[in-house]
Amino acid sequence: MSVATSLAVSPHARRRVRTAAAFLAPFALLFAVVYVAPIGYTVYQSLFKLHRDGLGLSAPTKVFAGLGNYVDALHDADFRASLLRVLLIGVVQVPVMLGLALLLALLLDARSTLFKRFFRLAFFLPYAVPGVVGALMWSYLVAPGLSPITALGKAVGLHLDLTSNAMLAPTIGNMLTWGWTGYNMLIIYSALQAIPPELSEAARMDGCGAFRIAWHVKIPIVRPALVLTTVFSIIGTAQLYNEPAVLQHVAPNLSSSYTPIFAAYNAVDDNNFGYAATESVLLALLAFVLSFGFLKLVQRRGAEAAS
Amino acid sequence: MTVSQLPVERPVAESDDSRSRTGADRSAASPGRWVTLGVLGVASVYFLAPVWWLVVSATKTNSALFTTDGFWFGGHFALFSNLHDAFTRQGGIYVRWLLNTALYAGGGALVSTAVSALAGYALAKYAFRGREFAFNVVLAAVLVPQPLLAIPLYLLFSPVHLVNTYWAVLIPSVVSPFGVYLSRIYAAASVPDELIEAGRMDGAGEVRIFTTIALRLMSPALVTVFLFQFVSIWSNYLLPALMLASDRLQPVTVGLVGWQAQRGIGDAVPFNVVITAAAVSVVPLVVMFLSLQRFWRSGLVAGSLK
Repeated sequence: MSVATSLAVSPHARRRVRTAAAFLAPFALLFAVVYVAPIGYTVYQSLFKLHRDGLGLSAPTKVFAGLGNYVDALHDADFRASLLRVLLIGVVQVPVMLGLALLLALLLDARSTLFKRFFRLAFFLPYAVPGVVGALMWSYLVAPGLSPITALGKAVGLHLDLTSNAMLAPTIGNMLTWGWTGYNMLIIYSALQAIPPELSEAARMDGCGAFRIAWHVKIPIVRPALVLTTVFSIIGTAQLYNEPAVLQHVAPNLSSSYTPIFAAYNAVDDNNFGYAATESVLLALLAFVLSFGFLKLVQRRGAEAAS
Repeated sequence: MTVSQLPVERPVAESDDSRSRTGADRSAASPGRWVTLGVLGVASVYFLAPVWWLVVSATKTNSALFTTDGFWFGGHFALFSNLHDAFTRQGGIYVRWLLNTALYAGGGALVSTAVSALAGYALAKYAFRGREFAFNVVLAAVLVPQPLLAIPLYLLFSPVHLVNTYWAVLIPSVVSPFGVYLSRIYAAASVPDELIEAGRMDGAGEVRIFTTIALRLMSPALVTVFLFQFVSIWSNYLLPALMLASDRLQPVTVGLVGWQAQRGIGDAVPFNVVITAAAVSVVPLVVMFLSLQRFWRSGLVAGSLK
């Protein structure tokens, strides 16, 4: 479909290849600096350890450690706990958020729903509030003494402490759900809107109710959008940082290695770059395995369903 | 299924309201409609109440924050003194933060859009060896979250003394694989090959064809690319938080969290001022979102076709 394919190796074609290269060059160069180099350098850094002499008098030296940092990180109880914590938050929060997004998208897509424009805007508004400002706002909404939610609870006789140890994970999950449901809903909703109306109409003629149309017609068609939002959400949860970092300022009980990125950040602060690099690599691997594994899983299921 | 063959923009916004109108007549009596309305109503309270709280709290004095009902106005109306306080604290550093954010997000997104448009157009309209490979690399990079790159970037920028400079945030901000991906789809869908060929017949050079024909046809799509990158730079907190130790260089997000971290103790910035400053900082974004909805949706639709 591109113009140049029809022309074999003519001077024109050669000039066009040069043009294409020139057009791509700025992006390629920046991509090399911002993606390729840091990733390569991080993997390289993760193979070195800082060696301090016993008295700490001379500057620490960098020594090759092979996979030593990786062994340390995998034995590091705090780091392991942070990985597990993020995994648990993801396992609960992602299905809740996407279930809610799907429900709202289906309701908005239903023919008889009123005030569609208003609801769409209301649900999308949190996406316009950047994650960290949303987190800041929620930190005050749950802060002991300031929280209007705790005050409401007290009015009906409920004792709520939203920053207690037990409530930290649900509070963070709520921040994520508040911030990202509308965005995911809009992706699913856009996919729903692309379904030809005749399809639902035909199902209605056959006597299908709204629920059965949603379940048997609409949800299977928007499956790709659901898969996409799930993969993005898995990756998003793996890099969880803003919400707990901001929450910590009103909840000092929040561990300073709450998520893997926290842990890597702390290692940077300690000038232990090798260890920070190792933790980053492990986290990236985990995010990759989970999102790729999920894709493979749904592909296999899809193939089984089709056969 | 190649992405470039899929339609990009569907007539979404126009169709849904007309559909709902005809539908509403037919099933006006259904009780399901009230249940639907109820569920959507509860959900919108959940999404709107925190923002409402933020707006209401920006009008209160610090002590009224603790003593009055959070979801309604109360005490002395202090919005203007809060604003004054927010804008003048520490020699007016809040203004500086807003300007920094405008530079990072506005400047970064502008350059990023230009770079993405060039690359996307090249990937869509020129045949060369390795084109598919290049596009697959771009697609894979879309899945790499920016914050996950922040620590590697810090490790790389630290030895070359880029840390704690404007460049530490600006350089990573101008790279947007998602922008390239969108630009490629849009270029393939909106710039006809015949038009390019006609330009060549008339003796126009490749650069001239790009600037006079392609850019104009792609311009609505480039607004979408700009918006997505603008918001993604605005909301990337970890990168500037790591890179910028000096508060004169920080964007408003990092600055605000710095104020929040003082926890209102002693001489610290009081809660009502932090809240007011936070509320003010999102106003431009919310306005941009509401007024440019059309562009968001076309980007999200293209995103979901992957």
